[in-house]
Amino acid sequence: MSVIKKNAPGSNELLMGNEAIARGALEAGIQFAAAYPGNPSSEIIGTLSEVAEEMGIYVEWSVNEKVALEAAASASFSGLRALSAMKQNGVNVASDFILNLNLSGVGAGGLVLVATDDPAAISSTNEEDSRFIAKLGDLPLLEPATFQEAKDMTKWAFELSESINSLVVLRSVSRISHARGNVILGELPREKKTARFDTSKIFIPVSAPLRHLTLHMKLNKVREIYESSPFNGYTGPEKPELLMITSGSGWFYSLEAVKTLNVKDHVGILKVGTTWPLPSKLLARHMANVKRVLFVEEVDPFLENNVKELAAEWSPEIGSWTFYGKNSGHVHPFGQINPDLIINAVSKVMDKPYAAREGGYGQKALEMTKTLVPNRDLSFCAGCPHRATFWAIKNALKLDGRGGFVAGDIGCYSLGLGPAGFFQVKTMHAMGSGTGLATGFGQLHKFGFDQPVLSVCGDSTFFHAAIPALINGIYNKSNFVMVVLDNSATAMTGFQPHAGTGKTATGSPAPVIDIGKLCQALGVRVETCDPFNLQDTTEKILDLINAEGGVRVLISRQKCALVKAREEKAKYKVHVDPEKCLGESCGCARLCTRIFKCPGLIWNKEKSKSEVDEVLCTGCGVCADICPQSAIVREEN
Amino acid sequence: MTLSKDPLNLIITGVGGQGNVLASQLIGRALVRENFYVTIGETYGATQRGGAVMSHLRISKESQFSPLIPEGQADIVVALEPVEALRVIGQYGNPSVSAVVNSRPIFPTAVTVGDAEYPSFQKIQETIRGLARKSWFVDASDIALSLGSPLFTNIIMVGALAGTNLIPLAKEAFVEIIRESFPGPKLADNLQAFERGLEKTQGQ
Repeated sequence: MSVIKKNAPGSNELLMGNEAIARGALEAGIQFAAAYPGNPSSEIIGTLSEVAEEMGIYVEWSVNEKVALEAAASASFSGLRALSAMKQNGVNVASDFILNLNLSGVGAGGLVLVATDDPAAISSTNEEDSRFIAKLGDLPLLEPATFQEAKDMTKWAFELSESINSLVVLRSVSRISHARGNVILGELPREKKTARFDTSKIFIPVSAPLRHLTLHMKLNKVREIYESSPFNGYTGPEKPELLMITSGSGWFYSLEAVKTLNVKDHVGILKVGTTWPLPSKLLARHMANVKRVLFVEEVDPFLENNVKELAAEWSPEIGSWTFYGKNSGHVHPFGQINPDLIINAVSKVMDKPYAAREGGYGQKALEMTKTLVPNRDLSFCAGCPHRATFWAIKNALKLDGRGGFVAGDIGCYSLGLGPAGFFQVKTMHAMGSGTGLATGFGQLHKFGFDQPVLSVCGDSTFFHAAIPALINGIYNKSNFVMVVLDNSATAMTGFQPHAGTGKTATGSPAPVIDIGKLCQALGVRVETCDPFNLQDTTEKILDLINAEGGVRVLISRQKCALVKAREEKAKYKVHVDPEKCLGESCGCARLCTRIFKCPGLIWNKEKSKSEVDEVLCTGCGVCADICPQSAIVREEN
Repeated sequence: MTLSKDPLNLIITGVGGQGNVLASQLIGRALVRENFYVTIGETYGATQRGGAVMSHLRISKESQFSPLIPEGQADIVVALEPVEALRVIGQYGNPSVSAVVNSRPIFPTAVTVGDAEYPSFQKIQETIRGLARKSWFVDASDIALSLGSPLFTNIIMVGALAGTNLIPLAKEAFVEIIRESFPGPKLADNLQAFERGLEKTQGQ
């Protein structure tokens, strides 16, 4: 099914933006790719890992983004083209290395960092514009606006990287990375390079100020290349009333706005694909023709503020402008942008009224549907082990009664902050931060702090960033319980293998890093439980929080329900015995459907009984243990 | 085959886990094969966790469009879950919109808990009929269960869409893409699921 390795130049294919980036890398002849999964970047390495063996390249899921980029850089230092891909948070993790690698330069093999942003934080804890790393590190930046460009720019980025011996950043956003569109395939190279580290060279940022100066000279060279880049282009009249300057996802929305409002004879669009350093001559040429400029870009006003910086220098010669964009409030400086937002921005600037739906239909449609459509809160999947663990944590903390709480982390179990996890999670920041915070809470007893502290983190997060925090806690004799929610998967991002799964990115067997043994080797008490055994899990948590002093670890181990559904038959067939279920008159306050809330359980209002939805139930059988009437029946399959 | 409108805007909606991404991909790939420009925008992140999900498909002979359909501009809505049809038509519907809707609800937790009401199927039908040019209701989940797994729901709904002739693809084009996508033992069941959906709307 994978078209990514199809050797058919000219073939027209429907590719996801991330697949197009992967294809571009293959067309550039990359031999090494490394990443830690994170949406919206995960499919880049995921796609490459599927074809790695056949294409004779090396692909790995690394333990975190910094290590991924370091591994990829080693290939570049040894003459091979290499790529690393990461979400915005990953760029933060890798930034210390990036801001030294810029000074040391890369090797003879081109090195490209794909940074994908998640506007509106649909799959993230934070919203952030990773383009700033390019400005911060004096690195060339490229922003694809179409699926075709996602492929073509990636391919070209390696040539650029080699021509100036610098890391090149390609920034995508979810509406490109996770969308699909037409891509015409190019050729796949056959030859492979031999890797060799030239020991006459060093990759060390010695004489940093001098290297910083050299970096600026490299950027000047890039600026010259960018002036005539085919990734920049203008469409519109010679002297437009309004010039839209756009990059990335903004390009399609700008085209749609001009078409929808029928203003193509009045409004021009300058698409900039090379957004750092900016091609200043090209911009000056177009800005000389206009007095009004609207910026269309996603997340921060990066392009907008950088163009304004240039405009301040030009203004004595070329004139002055009225600027519209994120700073003027025409395009909001947060969240996703979309066609409606841009249509309305152009409508306002051009004083051209726009109504999405004529004749009152819009209002009627909204009114008729609004009261009928219930919200859908995100929840743990039916049969998810995290629900069971949080249930046990909730009950243990309640029984303990000292106001204990959970410091959370990044993964599916982040939902523990809401109704799905019974509101147990009280802090959530970066990967590993839950345990880092717990090490601090665990020192506060000197100041009267007497609440039990639990940190939770998933198995993949444990390897990524929680180990240093755990060691910090042990070394400094902090007082807390770390709960590792081991579901044997990087579930949030699409079930990529990691150091604990016994499998590599390309599916070959790997040593299993045993989290329990690793913790034992650090000298702490380690308990293991199956969260589907609610009583045992609750008792173990209670026991651990009462065994005050030092760090204690509980590994709550049960496979992700989605992985399980693929691999094995459901353990139980579950149903509600209508004779035993007392419904509203039970006195349990509908514990199963109102509080436990597994989506596999539904409430039949007419019969006033709980029922099991056979479409959703995964047969874990946990709910049978919470029903006070034993009305939920599980039978072995 | 030609487009009734350019771009033709299709939304496939449902609840995370129902397979709307796969459905949109099958249709998209079949259309690219017929030399259309296709852009698909997907909601993601919530796809496995009970959230409302949508795929926007934009089909054109002229150019590539953005992955998001503007408000009020959907031509066709395929809903794998009935209230999701209402949610989408409320925002993207217009007097010419057509709707193909699976009749079986997936209750949001807010409904199970008792904080929200789920409308009756009759009320849903009435509302959709009041807002859409034409609508089809298919018991896709029930057919899927009768075929042995709720996982067939999306393919049954792809079949139902094929039966309406709303998108410029012949039945053979769908069948071919299903053949390619399900090599091996799952093919026969998926082809049957497609046929069962198709016969529910064909000529209706």
